[in-house]
Amino acid sequence: MHRQSLKQLRKGLAEKRFSASELAQHFLDRIAKYDTQLNSLVTVNGEQAQATAAKAGANGPLAGIPLIHKDIFCTQGVKTSCGSRMLDNFVPPYDATAVAKLSEAGVITLGKSNMDEFAMGSSNETSFYGPVKNPWDLSKVPGGSSGGSAAAVAAGLAPAATGTDTGGSIRQPAALCGITGLKPTYGRISRYGMIAFASSLDQAGCFARSAADCAPLLQAMAGFDERDSTSVDEPVPDYTAALNGDIQGLKIGLPREYFADGLEAGTRAAVDAAIRELEKRGAQIKAISLPNTNLAVPTYYVLAPAEASSNLARFDGVRYGYRCENPENLEDLYLRSRGEGFGREVQRRIMVGAYVLSAGYYDAYYLKAQKTRRLIAQDFHAAFADVDIIAGPTTQAPAFNLGDKLNDPVAMYLNDIYTIPANLAGLPGISVPAGFVDGLPVGLQLLAPWFKEGPLLNAAHAYQQVTDWHLQIPPGFEN
Amino acid sequence: MSLTPDQVRNVAMLARLQLEAPRVDEYARELSGILDMVAALDAANTDDIAPMAHPLDLNARLRPDEVSESDQRQAFQAIAPAVEDGVYLVPKVIE
Repeated sequence: MHRQSLKQLRKGLAEKRFSASELAQHFLDRIAKYDTQLNSLVTVNGEQAQATAAKAGANGPLAGIPLIHKDIFCTQGVKTSCGSRMLDNFVPPYDATAVAKLSEAGVITLGKSNMDEFAMGSSNETSFYGPVKNPWDLSKVPGGSSGGSAAAVAAGLAPAATGTDTGGSIRQPAALCGITGLKPTYGRISRYGMIAFASSLDQAGCFARSAADCAPLLQAMAGFDERDSTSVDEPVPDYTAALNGDIQGLKIGLPREYFADGLEAGTRAAVDAAIRELEKRGAQIKAISLPNTNLAVPTYYVLAPAEASSNLARFDGVRYGYRCENPENLEDLYLRSRGEGFGREVQRRIMVGAYVLSAGYYDAYYLKAQKTRRLIAQDFHAAFADVDIIAGPTTQAPAFNLGDKLNDPVAMYLNDIYTIPANLAGLPGISVPAGFVDGLPVGLQLLAPWFKEGPLLNAAHAYQQVTDWHLQIPPGFEN
Repeated sequence: MSLTPDQVRNVAMLARLQLEAPRVDEYARELSGILDMVAALDAANTDDIAPMAHPLDLNARLRPDEVSESDQRQAFQAIAPAVEDGVYLVPKVIE
């Protein structure tokens, strides 16, 4: 059952070849069997999943489909840690909108996935619960920050998972784990109940084996929400209906900056081959330029920490979350609760944020970065006047070794060089499996104009109709 | 741009983070590295470019100033570290 698409699983349920309880149990058994190796889950909800499955009807577009939520989404009555000691004891009194909408669509939540602390990381090594391992090679990182969701889907511990993408946190781990990961347009899915990192960049999305599986997940999650002031009131089209596999005449732009120095040769070869496949299916390939790409990482590492330092000010040891032992006074309560509750990468980013927002530095850093952000967005506006889709690698290289970059923040940050620009511009993007280098998956990234998730998913679907990279299961996790 | 250990202590104080003393030098080095990387922005010509606060250039939506939430104090306080009679407890501030 872990090899089947969501469509096949829905059919199997509808034809009563297996029940929702049996389906949930199949994946719970796989979690019990394999997750000691991967550490992809922080919480497993076996009993709750079975209770929901027992009541599962046939109604709802995703009725009976098991799913894992990234532990950044608030789940009523279920611990939501955000990968942090700060929230190790946090049991939310409400559901995130994305969670509620997926539940309404009928999903069965199996558990909550491990992640980089407060979604800050590209390797899933900053989690309070320890690193997640890449199922393709247990000595490698799965990517981050949604590393647990990506590893779990790749290893067949769930057919689908949610994630969030602030600078690449869905697309990069999808690439490194060999699955499909979709980051929709900023504002397409409500951020309500999604623990905030950088509010002008954060976007919920999903992981599954294929683009065709991502379509109904997006369908269930997307839409306007009163409770998120940045949610966009834009009609939600039928994403599955957009999957006709026809990309005849589709204009695909290849930004030369995404194929420049730093792109590992094997990754480049895989991405080049993927682009030839798209061309064979009738797409028109065109060289383009996004001249301000080199400003994306520096821009992001001013804006994201600045927003994070504001957002994370709420964790003060007073209303919920971690509180230090025996505080001497209120100041000591704040200082030690935050000093002990946050890990090192989170502290680094809070301090960078506080610094770039502090008196005397605001204009030089924060205001400057808001302007360079516009330069980057303008590059995309110009590019999309000429092309329908932008294609390139998701990452510069396949998964790296655990521990390799953990103590070198700048090297870690450069992992997201191809994914960050889409967040700064608010664009939708997807990473699809495009081959292997030395047994490790490589991702092809596709970007589309704002709210064009339909054509984006269709381009990925067209590619997945003639390739089977997305159907591979890591050795050792087959049965 | 390099940050001194004193600047790190100051920014940690602004952010209400208690740092372990041996960590201050490490943070100074790491934060300096990040600011060096960010310095690439200085070279960008941003004359006449308006700052971008929202990726879709939309303004925050307004809603009527009406009560929209019900009282959930009990649910919220059930997860607090210390409460008494409906209020959150913190160390004494006024002598």
